[in-house]
Amino acid sequence: MTGRSLLSKISLGFAVFLLVSPAILFFVWMLSLSLKYEIDNGAYPPILIPAPDMIAWENYTNVFSSSNFIKFFWNSVIVTGSATLFALVVGVPAGYGIARMKATKAAVVVLIARVTPALSYLIPLFLIFQWLGLMGTLWPQIITHLVITVPVVIWVMIGFFETTPMELEEAATIDGANGWEVFRHVALPIAKPGIAVALILSFIFSWNNFVFGIVLAGRETRTLPVAVYNMLSFEQVSWGPLSAAALIVTLPVLLLTILAQRQIVAGLTAGAVKGG
Amino acid sequence: MSVETGSALSGAAAAGSSARASGKSIERTAKDYWPFVLPALIIVSSVILFPWLFTIWMSLNEWKLGGSIHFAGLSNYAKLFTDERFRDAVWQTIYYTVLATGLPLVIGTFAAVIFHEKFPLRGVLRGLYIMPMMATPVAIALVWVMMFHPQLGVLNYLLSLVGIPPQLWVFSPKTVIPSLALIETWQWSPLVMLIVLGGLASLPTEPYESAMIDGATRWQMFHKITLPLIMPFIMVALILRVIDALKSFDIIFAITQGGPGNASETLNIYLYNTAFPYRDMGYGSALAVVFFIIVIGLSLVMLWMRQRNKWDEQGADA
Repeated sequence: MTGRSLLSKISLGFAVFLLVSPAILFFVWMLSLSLKYEIDNGAYPPILIPAPDMIAWENYTNVFSSSNFIKFFWNSVIVTGSATLFALVVGVPAGYGIARMKATKAAVVVLIARVTPALSYLIPLFLIFQWLGLMGTLWPQIITHLVITVPVVIWVMIGFFETTPMELEEAATIDGANGWEVFRHVALPIAKPGIAVALILSFIFSWNNFVFGIVLAGRETRTLPVAVYNMLSFEQVSWGPLSAAALIVTLPVLLLTILAQRQIVAGLTAGAVKGG
Repeated sequence: MSVETGSALSGAAAAGSSARASGKSIERTAKDYWPFVLPALIIVSSVILFPWLFTIWMSLNEWKLGGSIHFAGLSNYAKLFTDERFRDAVWQTIYYTVLATGLPLVIGTFAAVIFHEKFPLRGVLRGLYIMPMMATPVAIALVWVMMFHPQLGVLNYLLSLVGIPPQLWVFSPKTVIPSLALIETWQWSPLVMLIVLGGLASLPTEPYESAMIDGATRWQMFHKITLPLIMPFIMVALILRVIDALKSFDIIFAITQGGPGNASETLNIYLYNTAFPYRDMGYGSALAVVFFIIVIGLSLVMLWMRQRNKWDEQGADA
């Protein structure tokens, strides 16, 4: 009996190792690439940990000093920040409204945003923004990122409001509060944890987005994913600085994932949404 | 089509709340809530629906960006039938979607069963497991390019350790799609895991107790009890995977732009290449319309099948 349970423990451990190691290996390798000089990154067999005097910290300083990296970082912050904040302003009430009236039809519109291939509406949007003379600005990206952030917020909030009790809201209604006051003073304060989840997920999906940027960003208005893509395809490839840039781009998201893992999992399984 | 795709994932919770929400006191009617919903609906539909009508109109025109616009009727659509690159793109999309749906479903379901067990550091390890899903796709793509490198890449080195000859990965037309699907599997199996894990968490304990008494093996219990019960959750994961695999863009575009040759040019990439680098807005729009119909059509069919299955189950219960 004990022999058998030991065996099942070992096989469980092995299965966990098999599942988790590709992720760990990848991110460790990403870090390793970013901290090596070209000579080590081109070595065969590959070097995982460089010698102490061969750690290329300047890969990171190079990223910030060369090119417009800080500008692109700032573009990403503006686009993702604005799209997320605006999505919270319109999406939280919408999630509340849909949950309370159980409006499956309204939710379908949101579902369409989830299903529609981005490129099928990006072609005309590209032309419209061009005609409006907005192409040199961040507005096209902020506006299109709403297609990612608003549905994420709505889905998370529908899931959240469906599980909050109605009793307090009914009591407030009896006391004479109107719909808006009930929302503002009763529903909204309770919804803070849900709003936090919506904010995190909306931020991540907008931050990661690439396709809107590749179509709509100009030379000066690139967000980080587009900037990294351009380094990859148009500049002479040097893997150290490139990996350092890639790691910096995804670092905010990885930190959020580690810090808010439980909330992210809850939000994803309530809404199961992926941007793009 | 209903809200179900989203909220079904929290299945039990949603079912509970809908029963409760029909309180009898001073109920607000639906129209009281429209002002809350409207601004968001207007924004999402104006960013998607209006441009979409525009796409349909554009698809009926001959229109190279910078040139003049001619009404062309259905000629853009007629061109699809003779376009070999389009035919290749359709096959490549199917090939990619099958791989990038099947593998994550199997691995993700397996992962859910494993993470359903209790073991030390489970939370931390699950966090590590889901990191690929949250990481920025372009940043990931860049590192995968380096790992796939035929001479310098760490993957061929790892293969050499177990005696497998070096592969060309994304650099060969033969292996490019499986290689890209491998990345997608690595990245999105965690989402399948989370969805199925939600299903496992909602399982009743009684069937297992009686099966235990009957002396069933673990495999029998999984096969006969667990799998049928979590099937609805696997279906949700399947639907999401198919939709997302069809629409895959970031990883494929960042790594191959559709190459080598056109070997990894899926419909989504072909659509991009036609509309932007070639600036052919008319034909690009026709591709967009066809692609949209495929994605929406498949989604509707799958949602419909899911609904029907649910009704069948409810019928069987009653």
